[in-house]
Amino acid sequence: MLAVIGKRLIATIPVMVMVAVVVFMMLRLTPGDPAAVIAGPNANSAQIEEIREQLDLNRPLWEQFAIWAGNLFRGDLGESFFFKAEVTDLIGQRIGPTLALATTTIILTVLLAVPMGIIAAYRRGTWVDRLVMGFSVLGFSVPVFVLGYLLIYIFAIQLGLVPVQGYAPLADGFWPFLQRLILPSLTLSVIYVAFIARITRASVMEILEEDYIRTARAKGQTERRILFFHALRNAAVPIVTAIGIGIGLLIGSVVVTESVFNIPGLGRLTVDAVLGRDYPTIQGVILVFSFAYVMINLLIDIAYTLFDPRIRY
Amino acid sequence: MSTVSSPIQADAATPTGSTGGSVLGTLLANGGVRFGGIVLFILFMIALAAPLLGTIDPALLDPTYRNKLPLEARPILNDAGEEVTVTHWMGTDTLGRDLYSRVIYGTRVSLIVGFSVAALAIGIGLVIGLISGYIRLLDTVIMRVMDGIMAIPAILLALSLVALWGAGLVTVILAIAVPEIPRVVRLVRAVVLSVREEPYVEAAISIGTPTPKILYRHILPNTIAPLIVQATYTCGFAILVEAILSFLGVGIPTDIPTWGNIMAEGRLLFRVYPHAILFPGIFLALAVLAINMLGDGLRDTLDPRFAKRTST
Repeated sequence: MLAVIGKRLIATIPVMVMVAVVVFMMLRLTPGDPAAVIAGPNANSAQIEEIREQLDLNRPLWEQFAIWAGNLFRGDLGESFFFKAEVTDLIGQRIGPTLALATTTIILTVLLAVPMGIIAAYRRGTWVDRLVMGFSVLGFSVPVFVLGYLLIYIFAIQLGLVPVQGYAPLADGFWPFLQRLILPSLTLSVIYVAFIARITRASVMEILEEDYIRTARAKGQTERRILFFHALRNAAVPIVTAIGIGIGLLIGSVVVTESVFNIPGLGRLTVDAVLGRDYPTIQGVILVFSFAYVMINLLIDIAYTLFDPRIRY
Repeated sequence: MSTVSSPIQADAATPTGSTGGSVLGTLLANGGVRFGGIVLFILFMIALAAPLLGTIDPALLDPTYRNKLPLEARPILNDAGEEVTVTHWMGTDTLGRDLYSRVIYGTRVSLIVGFSVAALAIGIGLVIGLISGYIRLLDTVIMRVMDGIMAIPAILLALSLVALWGAGLVTVILAIAVPEIPRVVRLVRAVVLSVREEPYVEAAISIGTPTPKILYRHILPNTIAPLIVQATYTCGFAILVEAILSFLGVGIPTDIPTWGNIMAEGRLLFRVYPHAILFPGIFLALAVLAINMLGDGLRDTLDPRFAKRTST
């Protein structure tokens, strides 16, 4: 098992290196003077020169990369021009709300999507199935911010059940924390539920055709046990893969959802950084998000071996 | 549909292709293709005929007529100086501009962005994918770069590219297209790798057919069906991302009416006047829904194996 984890861990290194190269080259490949691009249209030549110094833009490209990657390796993401603070500190301050939001969303998604997919597969072709599939197509099409405002309007403004916007850390108590996270998590989870329910349905449907399901029925196993034990366990690999792939979808939507609900997380930081043309911060956030994405998918790869002992790396 | 061989293929709810007939007939037998096609066609017509649909200048400000509710009618002077009555079907925004006109004109931007991004991503991805699939030496390098790009969430990558290149229609199109390219490259490469093992390609190689001709004559045609499907999804996603970028205030400049921009401007007074977000939101959701349904329908009819190839 340890050898498997080690092997997979090593396999993620080239991907992370490539992410770093892409992030590094993005600025350098931009037409024009990168220092002037960062400084913005209103900067004077002294400010541009200062940025050039700070980013070592006067050195050869490979030297710039070596310095930058070296700093990165030591956990130094540079200094923000806009917030006048270390990027690592900024990210540290903002990561809490985003983690809380992502975690509740993933829990909510799995709780909703997997049963939906299983029922749709089991009652295939009936109105239940059509309802789930209809929701799945719709969920993919409704933009996350439209949905967010719709939910705010109904549940916060009209019904007054939850606060309109904002965030409260867990330290302020569990109820205020949860109360402010319900709507954003629900908003975020819709597209994710649409995706996972669809994969679950397809995957369970395929398993239900298998011989061992017929055998289980023949020996008088209850339908519930067949569905949730035999079928779900064997359908787990594609479902878990989809959960991992969906994280990419989730991260993109987090940026928008945090803006709609005024949550001071990494997504909000990203938008502020983009609006302020704060390139070091943008780079830092991209690296953190991509790292999280790659690591979660690594964990999922490892989890396969638990669900399906036949898979060996 | 008696046997189910791949997870996503199982989504093909409507059995098609059994009647024979032309490709178009088979396509139109699919409900998703019909619905998506019709809605998309209507949106096209709206975009083309925007000035003829009872719209007024979408940028026309009227400070005395701010935040009006839908269906409010009022007299207005037209270009000839005559007084005509204009009904604000969707009300007005915080600057007194007619929301109906803005939403109708916004259709243009969304469709332009959707189709440009799809064309760009497919075009560039096809070339890189063919090279990667056919020239082994470059394959490893290209695919590592693509893996790196794909590990960055698409919206984040688009956001940071817009931050670098500045906001504008062209930069937004480019920024949304870049994260989509690796998906196309992977798809094309997978087709190339499977087709190049086919006997007819081997035969072509053995009689000395030049590589460009093999790519063009034997390999390219096999990529068309999956690429049409991919282009549809890319188009829908691009419309969504453009709206997101504009909504966040980093996309298309605010003087151009786009669905995302209208919603961004409607944010401040959303609690009192939700219609400024509702109407563009409905148009946006409907457009993306139509395109996604079209994509699902095309996938089921044109290329059932496509899902299998890309789902792993």
